[in-house]
Parts: sequence; C-alpha cells; structure tokens
Amino acid sequence: MSGITSGTALWYASRATGVICLVLLTAVMVLGILVNRQGRLPGLPRFAVTGLHRNLSLLAVGFLAVHVATAIADPFVTIGVAAVVIPLASPYRSLWIGLGAVSLDMMLVLIVTSLARAHIGRRLWRTLHWLAYASWPVALAHSIGSSGDLRAGPLLALTAACTLAVAGAVGWRAICTIRTAPRARRVAAVLSGQAGAR
Amino acid sequence: MSSQLRVNPIACTGHGLCAELLPEMITLDEWGYPVLAGQQVPPGLERQARRTAASCPALALLLSSAP
Amino acid sequence: MTAPGASLLIAGSPRPGGRPAQLPRLLPADGRPAGLPAHVAEHGPLPYRGGPGHLIADAGESGLTGRGGAAFPAGRKLAAVAAAGRRPVVVANGAESEPLSAKDKTLLRYSPHLVLDGLQLAAEAVGARRAVLYLHADLSLRDQLISLLSERASAGLDRADVDLVLAPPRFLSGQETAAVNVINGGAALPTFTPPRTFERGVGGQPTLVQNVETLAHLALIARYGAAWFRGVGTADEPGSMLCSIRQADGSSAVVEAALGTPLRDLLGFGDHVQAVLAGGYHGAWLPAGRAAQLSLSNASLRPSGASAGAGVLAAIPAGTCGLAETARVARYLALESAGQCGPCLNGLPRISTALAELAGSRPDGRVINDLERWAGLTERRGACHHPDGTVRFVRSALQVFAAEIRGHQDGTCTAATGRPSLPVPAGPADENDWRGPR
Repeated sequence: MSGITSGTALWYASRATGVICLVLLTAVMVLGILVNRQGRLPGLPRFAVTGLHRNLSLLAVGFLAVHVATAIADPFVTIGVAAVVIPLASPYRSLWIGLGAVSLDMMLVLIVTSLARAHIGRRLWRTLHWLAYASWPVALAHSIGSSGDLRAGPLLALTAACTLAVAGAVGWRAICTIRTAPRARRVAAVLSGQAGAR
Repeated sequence: MSSQLRVNPIACTGHGLCAELLPEMITLDEWGYPVLAGQQVPPGLERQARRTAASCPALALLLSSAP
Repeated sequence: MTAPGASLLIAGSPRPGGRPAQLPRLLPADGRPAGLPAHVAEHGPLPYRGGPGHLIADAGESGLTGRGGAAFPAGRKLAAVAAAGRRPVVVANGAESEPLSAKDKTLLRYSPHLVLDGLQLAAEAVGARRAVLYLHADLSLRDQLISLLSERASAGLDRADVDLVLAPPRFLSGQETAAVNVINGGAALPTFTPPRTFERGVGGQPTLVQNVETLAHLALIARYGAAWFRGVGTADEPGSMLCSIRQADGSSAVVEAALGTPLRDLLGFGDHVQAVLAGGYHGAWLPAGRAAQLSLSNASLRPSGASAGAGVLAAIPAGTCGLAETARVARYLALESAGQCGPCLNGLPRISTALAELAGSRPDGRVINDLERWAGLTERRGACHHPDGTVRFVRSALQVFAAEIRGHQDGTCTAATGRPSLPVPAGPADENDWRGPR
C-alpha cells in the first residue's frame, strides 16, 4: 500500500514515541541509580543528576501520553481506552499491550508518589519507588512484544544498548550494596580505616 | 513567623545537594554531611529553602513553619 | 551497701502521711531485699488515687526530677502523657546501660515493690492500662521479677498489665526512643524526634518512659506527700538519689544520699586519688582537689562542667594514666554508636583513635587540633545525645589531664602500672547484638 493515510501516521507516531519512551526511561533508570549511589555527571553540580532524573521522567510521561493516545486513536487496531491501565483488556495483542498497561500503572504510582513525596513521608515514598525496578523490564517486554520494530536492524542495537545500560547500572548498584558495611559494622569499618563505610 | 530548618541525621546519607542549593545556610563537613548555620530561615530565603528541602534525595532536610 | 559518712538513720514504724524525712528511703533499712509482706508492713498498701491527675500535682509539688540522668521534672512528663488523650503506655526503664551504674539493679533487687507500685501509680495517673518493665538483660533478675509480678497478681494489687522486656546489652539501650523500639520488637536504635515518646511510642501510643528509681520515689510521694519528699535535699534539688560509687581502689557500692551531700562524704579522697568521673561515661572528669570541694547537686557540679546525672561517681587512683582510661572508654563509646548518623559514625571512631594516640608515647602535636575539630563536628549533630555525651567526656579529659598530655609529648607517663581501672564491656559484634534476648 502506497501513500500514508492518517491511520498509518498515527500508527507510526505511536511506534516512534514508544521508542523515545524506552530511551528516556532507560536514561531515567540509570540516572536514578546514579542518584542513589551519589554519583556525579562530569562537570555538573550534584543537583543536576537529581534534576535530570526528575525532568526526564516527566518528559517521558509526556511522550508516553502521546504514545498511548495515538495507539488508541489509530483505527487500524482495536485497543480501547480501558486497556491503557487495565492489563489484558485489549483485544489486540492482549498480553503485550497488557504488559504496557502494567508498566504504565507502575509508572503512574512512581510519578504521583514522587510529586507528592513531601506529603506521604519518607518511608512510604522510598518503598514504593522500588517499583521502578519492576516497571522498566515490563516496559521493555511490552516494547519487544508489541511490534516487530525492535527485533531487527538499528532498533535492535538500540534495544540491546538500553538493556545493557540498565543491567549494568543495576549490577553496579547490587555490587555496591553487597560491599557496603551493614549498619552494625559501620563504626568498626571506620575504626579500621576502611573508606566508604557510608 | 519564619520557618525552621532541620536535618534528620538518620535519613541523611550525605548527598550534598542542600549545600549546593542553599549555600547561604548549609555547608558540608569533611565527611560530606550538612552543617546548618542556624535554624531560622530569613524571609528572603524562604522559597529557596523550600525547594532545597524538596530536592533532597533522602528527604532528610525538613522545613517546618514553626511560630 | 553503704559508704562511710552517708546518712543511714532507721526510719521507724510506718505512719502513712507522717513519716520522718530521713534516709534511707528507697533501700530497706535492714539491708535485706524486701518481699511483699515486708514492703506492705513498712509502707502500707498501694495507695491508688482513684483516678488520673491527682498524683501528677503531688509529683509537680515535690520537685521530683527523672533519676535516669536527664533530670526532667517528673510532674511535667506525667502531665504531658496524660494530656495526650489516647491509650497511653507506661515504661519503667531499668535498662541501666551505663557500665559504671548499678543503682537500678540494686533497687530492683532490694525494693522491687516500690518500683512496681510506682509503675502502677504512674499508669493510673496517665490513664494507662498497659505497663512495661524494661529490664537490663539479667535472666535471674527477670525470673525473680516474674514471680514477684505473679505474687502481686494473686494479691490483686496491679490494675495495669505489666509486660517484661529485656534490653539488649548496648550502651544506647536505655535511651528513650531506643527502648521504645526494642519494646516494639525492633533493635536498640534511637529514632529521630519529633515525634517524642510522650506523643508516639509503644504501639504508636503516647508513652511515659520513667527511670525505675523515679517511679520508686513516686510510690513514696504517693504515700507520704510532696512535703515529705522535700524534707531532704536542697530547695532547688529536693529529695534523695541512689548513687553508684566507685572508689579509687576499685571497690564499688550503691548508696542513697540526699541531694546536696558533699562528695567527700561519698568518696574517699586523699593523695591516692587522682581524678573523679562524675556522671558516668557521658559525664565529665574532675580533678580530685576540685571534686573534694563539690556536692552532689547540679548547682554545685554544673559550674565545673559536670552534672549529678544518674548518680555515678568513679574515682581513679594516682598512678593510673587518665588518658589511657579515657581512650579505652572512648573506643567503647564509639563502638556503641548506632551508626545511623554520619557525624557520629565518622566522628566518634576518629576521636577514639586520636585519643589512643595521645595516650601513647610522643603523640603528634596535631592530634589535639584534630580532636578539637572532630569534637566540634560531632556534637549536637546526631539523632540522640550519644555524640554529645561522648564529646563532653572527651573534652573534660583534655582539660583535666592536660599535664598528662604534656608528659606524654615529652615521652613520660604517670602510670605506675598499665592496669586498666574503669570497667569497659565488650562492644557489639553484629546486628543481633542490638536486639534483646528472647
């Protein structure tokens, strides 16, 4: 079929914004881990890491909204509004769209609780923020399964790079956690001259 | 009717953003933990202090509008 | 059980409302642990006041302050918890985690019913149905108290239920918020305040945490009145207190003394005594000559940098290195840090290492500058007062043992033997050491 109909345009827009979301969310994940590890971005002040993490996540929400809206509006496939947040409500590719809904639900929790951080208290916010580690892989699965885009060509390389980046960051965080002295041994660590007790 | 600034030292892990965002009131000690130069927030720094407290990754900087 | 010179007059037969003011008050005159019959014969039955509030006024009038070290007015604490409105809990704090202190253990052995009466009266005063006896981890004492509690239950004495909780053997176990954490099932770690324990404590309810000795005084005030309580002591610091006395030769005793008693009536002084540590390991050193002129009161001790605290007085002999003693204790205090707050977990071990260097031969001149800087960075920047108390202790040592420091820098030390004087327990090894024995 030649010529681009409005339906096809919506479909392309959804796929394109989907890829952008994946890249943005990858950056958000890596930056989030960097914040936790008190890492720095060369040449930038400390608040830049936190600020970028926050701003990119809000940018991702914007692109996610377009991604979702164009997918629903596209007449070629039937997804339905409910499927945006309710998993398995979509007649089209139930499982993969469903995973998208799951990831979006988790993202909603993350964004809302983070915006209301000061009001819900430190502990609750921190506990819920762990959802990020679940949200990203689910989003990745949704991306790979919902269309064949990421399974070939340059987009495959991009997907691999994103996966490596997140896996690397998570692995780094895990190693740091294992190597950190537990609370009961922190003072003893300082006494014996080990750096990085906390 | 100005606000009071306080650090929750248990929550604080020494990220150090506060000293960058509110250098008029906060400096870092040799271990990276915040030292407050007084608790009372001058009226002109009120907004800045609020944003700084919101930016703390550990939510360890507390701003209370105490009488 | 008594040191020479402390007043120890026989109290006479019990006359509720008309009891002579003298000592002993808390400890039995005959020196034997008082069982329930002896306790009732001496002091009469448990004088419930018939509702909340009454005892609070008497406590306020009496001027009773907390005997756990902080000396907060007991009446004000009772009023704060009573006013909190919900279902409060009362905690009798008998953790006694200060290694030099033995008064709470002694009180619980010799006059447990005074403590348990005080616990019930405090519970009534604040409207609590639940009480907790938070105990130093001594299994035989716990077993003893369990049987005493059931004896009281059979006699129908206690109206509030009493739970027994063992404190882990940590220096911070007796700290108010740490105690509440242990009682709530956690580790002996202090929490950030607000909320204070009188607002949210055991089970999230307003909690009155009171030292066991304070409760014992309360049990007597309820019987004999505020005026009676003020019959000994000074006008500003009325009443008596239990003191843990450690003489220069290492012998120790628990003595009940009136506030204002001269220290020379409690401690033996002379050329053989070098210095006195007043207030335990969070207290302050005093040169022997100065200490001999002071009395057991905050009014007398504060100008010299010390306080009455929980009544701990420890003398070290001449021929002991005060710096070495301080360094050993400082290391213990560092290891006993909860490790939750950056300034404390970084400052205390560094201070301890620096002190160890000062206590050695020919220490570097910069060590003292480092010490001063770290002391300033550590104090008042933790969630509890552990760093503050440690800094006070260390600073007083730098002052009192200044001559010793100069000697060390010249390569000499006054220590005749290397034998340590002050008792320092083993520190914690891992996370489990911060939780109570089950």
